[in-house]
Amino acid sequence: MTSDVILETEGLTKEFRGFVAVRNVDLRVRRGTIHALIGPNGAGKTTCFNLLTHFLTPTAGRIRFNGRDITGSRPATIARMGLVRSFQISAVFPHLTVLENVRIALQRRRGSSFDFWRSDRVLDALNARALELIDAVGLVEFAATPAVELPYGRKRALEIATTLALDPEMMLLDEPTAGMTHEDVDRITALIKRVAANRTVLMVEHNLSVVETLSNTITVLARGEVLAEGDYAGVARNAQVIEAYMGAGHA
Amino acid sequence: MSVTAKPAVAAPPARVATGPALATHQVAAFVVMVALLVSAPFFVYPVFLMKALCFALFACAFNLLLGYVGLLSFGHAAFLGSAGYASAHAAKVWGWPPELAILFGTVMAGALGIVIGALTIRSRGIYFANITLAFAQMIFFFSLQAKFTGGEDGIQAVPRGTLLGVLDLRHTYTMYFVVLAVFLLGFLVVYRAIHSPFGQVLKAIRENEPRATSLGYQPEHYKLIAFVLSATLSGTAGATKAIVFQLASLTDVHWTMSGEVVLMTLLGGMGTVFGPVAGAFLVISLEHYLAQLGSWLTIVQGCIFIVCVLTFRRGVVGELGRLLGKPL
Ligand SMILES: Nc1ncnc2c1ncn2[C@@H]1O[C@H](COP(=O)(O)OP(=O)(O)O)[C@@H](O)[C@H]1O
Ligand SMILES: [Mg+2]
Repeated sequence: MTSDVILETEGLTKEFRGFVAVRNVDLRVRRGTIHALIGPNGAGKTTCFNLLTHFLTPTAGRIRFNGRDITGSRPATIARMGLVRSFQISAVFPHLTVLENVRIALQRRRGSSFDFWRSDRVLDALNARALELIDAVGLVEFAATPAVELPYGRKRALEIATTLALDPEMMLLDEPTAGMTHEDVDRITALIKRVAANRTVLMVEHNLSVVETLSNTITVLARGEVLAEGDYAGVARNAQVIEAYMGAGHA
Repeated sequence: MSVTAKPAVAAPPARVATGPALATHQVAAFVVMVALLVSAPFFVYPVFLMKALCFALFACAFNLLLGYVGLLSFGHAAFLGSAGYASAHAAKVWGWPPELAILFGTVMAGALGIVIGALTIRSRGIYFANITLAFAQMIFFFSLQAKFTGGEDGIQAVPRGTLLGVLDLRHTYTMYFVVLAVFLLGFLVVYRAIHSPFGQVLKAIRENEPRATSLGYQPEHYKLIAFVLSATLSGTAGATKAIVFQLASLTDVHWTMSGEVVLMTLLGGMGTVFGPVAGAFLVISLEHYLAQLGSWLTIVQGCIFIVCVLTFRRGVVGELGRLLGKPL
């Protein structure tokens, strides 16, 4: 099964008014692996995520998920197919409680929630599962706290719990450990490892020790192009990669 | 579901405060409101109260969109007014009983809501306000030109009729309690919609639309349903109003009516359950008691509005809720 490609892009390109943020990227993510996307700031990693989930429309190129062409699919449809993203800037529902945040995701799995005539108490049936997920990211004592009151690192943890609630076949995590304290990084790293046991993860991550611990494959992006690809040791030895990281300050 | 995030620690506490199960203070406020409205006609002129109740329902419907979806429609008069025409026409020309006339107006407003909503719901902010206004203006000019609306005269002398064949609505008190029942029903529909699984998704979309999308919700679908609900209930308000006043006229489709409902909602407190009701009663009272000011009314009203918005940003009920520490 490991040779099976779950997500594949072909010549993925995004231009912003003449500026090419992503150029001709061919990405192949194998099923069941943790694949890291790294590169200096402005390399186009977040743009790639936006293209994969159709939050942006590619200028050129195709995207296939599970063998299906999803290039033109709507963002919500892509999510329902099992390709779910998180955001670089922590994306929570600020004035909902931690529990409600996770429940919104669980609620989606009931199907569409167009039932405006039913009491929201039917959602209480999802509380037990929501609490399990919240517990897994170490937030159980904050279950009744509005998300806006959480410190930054905990918001990221909440976001991961929310994403996990959909039980997606593939998760795209954009800098999941950014802004976290050391213990939180360890906890989230362990969590990602655990939940990746039966799904595929594509993550953007700056913390190279996290990348080293977690990823099976690494793709290095610089100025929108793929610079190198391989396992951690191979990529770390690559002279171009070292150069790109060193020169990133004044790119 | 597969074993995903199995918690390493022991099972989490079974009971955690999960937000308002049933907000008792809201129930209390509701009981007070009903008690006031039931006793009011014995102290206050019932026709005035009926007018306020129709507008209160209109404002509640409007608040569903402004307060809970975050969309400012500047064309809601289209729904109020066209439902009024539909119900007046059904009652007068077709001789329908009032319950069917009101239902007909409601359904017509809902249908209009589907059309206008489908064409506008993708736009945001000021664009949404502009496009809804443009559609409402089209409805206004249609009402001015069309034969059955009676042009400048409107549809007059609409019979109130007999509700369900038993309640003679020519009696003011009977009419009043029917209007109160319609209002309460509409109010409860809005309350339920806000506190439903659907309402929960609306909140999520308002809080963070890209995130809701990334979880697989299609925001336009939810917004459209909210829009149609809002249009439909605005229609109920307009249709009922036409029966009460036995009149459907251009006033109710005029753009100033769209402005008035914005005023009521903001004054009372948008995004609060009771705010629009308070706002409607305030605005209608002001108009009533300041009527002798003639054309100065608009200016005085404008000044009061500006002062209120600057001093109570959350509206009267919003500020009250904040003082009590409980959302009303
Ligand atoms: N919506 C946009 N419009 C114009 N330029 C953009 C837009 N989004 C990203 N960019 C540009 O594309 C480049 C890549 O950005 P991004 O994908 O966010 O980088 P990374 O996530 O790798 O740090 C940057 O130079 C950024 O300024
Ligand atoms: Mg980025």
